[in-house]
Amino acid sequence: MPKTKTEKTKVAAVKEAPIKESPKKDNRKVVLMQGNEAVALGALDAGVNFFAGYPITPSTEIAEILAAELPKRNGVFVQMEDEIASICAITGASLAGAKTLTATSGPGFSLMQEGIGFAKITETPCVVVNVQRSGPSTGMPTSPAQGDIMQAKWGTHGDAPAIVLYPDSVKESYELTIRAVNLSEKYRTCVILLLDEVIGHMREAVTLPDIENVRVISRIKPTVPPQWYKHYDENQKYLSPLASYGEGYRFHVTGLTHDSHGFPTNKASEAADMMERLRKKISHNIRDLVQIESHKMEDATIAIFAAGITSRAAKSAVAAARAEGIKVGLLRPLTIWPFPDDAVRRMLRNVETVIVPELNQGQLIHEIQRLTKDKSDSNLIAIQRVNGRLITPNDILRKIKEVC
Amino acid sequence: MANIPQKIIHEYLRHDKKFPHVWCSGCSNGIVLGGIIRAIADMQLDRDDIMMVSGIGCSSRMPVYVDFNTLHTLHGRSIAYATGIKLHKPHMKVIVVTGDGDCTAIGGNHLIHAARRNIDLTVVLINNNIYGMTGGQCSPTTPHEAIATTAPYGNIEPDFNICNLAMGAGASFVGRTTAFHAIEMQNMIKDAIIHPGFSMVEVISACPVIFGRLNKKGGAPDMMKAMRDNSIPLAAVEKLPPEKVEGKIIRGILRRDERPEYCDEYAKLVKRVQAKEAK
Ligand SMILES: Cc1ncc(C[n+]2csc(CCOP(=O)(O)OP(=O)(O)O)c2C)c(N)n1
Ligand code: SF4
Ligand SMILES: [Mg+2]
Repeated sequence: MPKTKTEKTKVAAVKEAPIKESPKKDNRKVVLMQGNEAVALGALDAGVNFFAGYPITPSTEIAEILAAELPKRNGVFVQMEDEIASICAITGASLAGAKTLTATSGPGFSLMQEGIGFAKITETPCVVVNVQRSGPSTGMPTSPAQGDIMQAKWGTHGDAPAIVLYPDSVKESYELTIRAVNLSEKYRTCVILLLDEVIGHMREAVTLPDIENVRVISRIKPTVPPQWYKHYDENQKYLSPLASYGEGYRFHVTGLTHDSHGFPTNKASEAADMMERLRKKISHNIRDLVQIESHKMEDATIAIFAAGITSRAAKSAVAAARAEGIKVGLLRPLTIWPFPDDAVRRMLRNVETVIVPELNQGQLIHEIQRLTKDKSDSNLIAIQRVNGRLITPNDILRKIKEVC
Repeated sequence: MANIPQKIIHEYLRHDKKFPHVWCSGCSNGIVLGGIIRAIADMQLDRDDIMMVSGIGCSSRMPVYVDFNTLHTLHGRSIAYATGIKLHKPHMKVIVVTGDGDCTAIGGNHLIHAARRNIDLTVVLINNNIYGMTGGQCSPTTPHEAIATTAPYGNIEPDFNICNLAMGAGASFVGRTTAFHAIEMQNMIKDAIIHPGFSMVEVISACPVIFGRLNKKGGAPDMMKAMRDNSIPLAAVEKLPPEKVEGKIIRGILRRDERPEYCDEYAKLVKRVQAKEAK
């Protein structure tokens, strides 16, 4: 057995927020905070200056913090009449030039779906944070669940490719909120951040980067004169400049299928072009979008595939099993959509067994199944829980021992 | 020649690819579009500052035709999108064009809350008493006993009085006019745009092709004549005996109040918070 000590945790992605010491920003160094606080802080550090939302457990702290902070920075906080209004208001504000975010949980996330589709078809940047709770319906408002993984991709009607990020810690909640805002601005779309209830409410020490070291991406503004402006410029590799309302460009935006100027069309060729553009801006940029963590996978014969809080239990289980000489590793998606197909294929080639623990009745596991060549594969093992309790390291360790 | 009305309207339209428009002949929507354009032209507003937002419906198809900042949103949600735009860019004149179904059925919640906040939006509600776009279903303003495709035996529901609804929710400017009274409409829209607060202009309109046909109202000219004959100006109401007012459309500005406007209040809050922070 190779020495596990020499193995390193690899995060297969650029860190957006390098951490550096700075003497002047002492109050920003190490802070004990909740996941929801980290999201609010990440939003502010990413330049979010407009929040519209409706209170819902377990996401409410995000709204409360931003209600206090945004007015200090000339930003707008508005409590809307419901979640539908919230997604609409942030989309409108974004088209007027704001960096926008809203936060909700399952019931509100369901209400927002039509508006999320509108932001996607109109290629309008915005971020929706969904601090997941047990469902369906009102479910258990203060209990964790990972039941919205598929909704985050398929929730709105029609084909609308998704970018969905999934942190596993308070620190990563901060980082991925910044990344979500950055990606929404860069790809001109609605980016979704899925949090687990326990991460939203858990307190952990976070080492904050100096604000000047936070990498912030903002939409590209057009440089052409208004008469040449195309709201969806097909010549710009699917990432075209975005004008704001009220600045001389007088463009049209509609949720109808549109041409590259934004005007409605029924032409088959233009409809196909629009749909291809929406698809390709995601599928042609997988390398930029997908982040995974590969933990002790080098020699693993058993892999665990888990996201968010469940991956933390899995990591503990990996340590315990490794202590007993079992070659097990963890593959963890930080980007859940687009799905990390390549990394999963590699994993499937190299291991004999994959364990997929998740707090739902089977969502991530279907993606692994999709990529499994032998569909009858009995070496794909589920651990699923939907009773409001977490999957523990012991639950996973037991499974590891059963299969090894 | 410069001021003949068609010329003015022509100047504000988007000409390439957007025409012919989707509206039936005889529809009132075009008259309302003309009223909005003339109001804006009269006021000599910079069109870069004009934001037109709509929902879904025949009436809500309007923005695509005009050379302003334009946003055609979801069914019922125009006021919510407009709220986001106005709060981020308070200097813009935000005009919401909506229908009776769009604004008072699916969008009713946004209407009452925007009115309550008194945010400076100008809502032009084209009330044709029906869901035109989807082919004639009942709306919250379909009159009692009228026929709709989803009320084939006559509508058993009472209808909304849109202006009362808006006033009840706190709108600070509320007016009603008809598509027949084009000049009155144009002036009312002007007043509504000038008014600093939530404004509702209800324009009683004709959908001859669907509502008119289902309810045997004759053609477009007959429906226009009915607007003329069945409406009375607010000023005349007091002088008339109640039986002559009963069942009539009352036209005019029903409310014009000074009340704190939401974006102003938000700006004050920001100032207050920042002054405290500076200490
Ligand atoms: C969420 C949703 N529900 C239903 C529809 C279908 N729909 C489109 S327009 C419309 C009614 C429009 O009526 P109104 O607002 O009065 O406009 P009009 O066509 O009469 O001008 C409906 C129900 C839709 N587009 N979206
Ligand atoms: S259906 Fe009615 S409201 Fe719609 S365009 Fe035709 S006449 Fe106008
Ligand atoms: Mg209607």
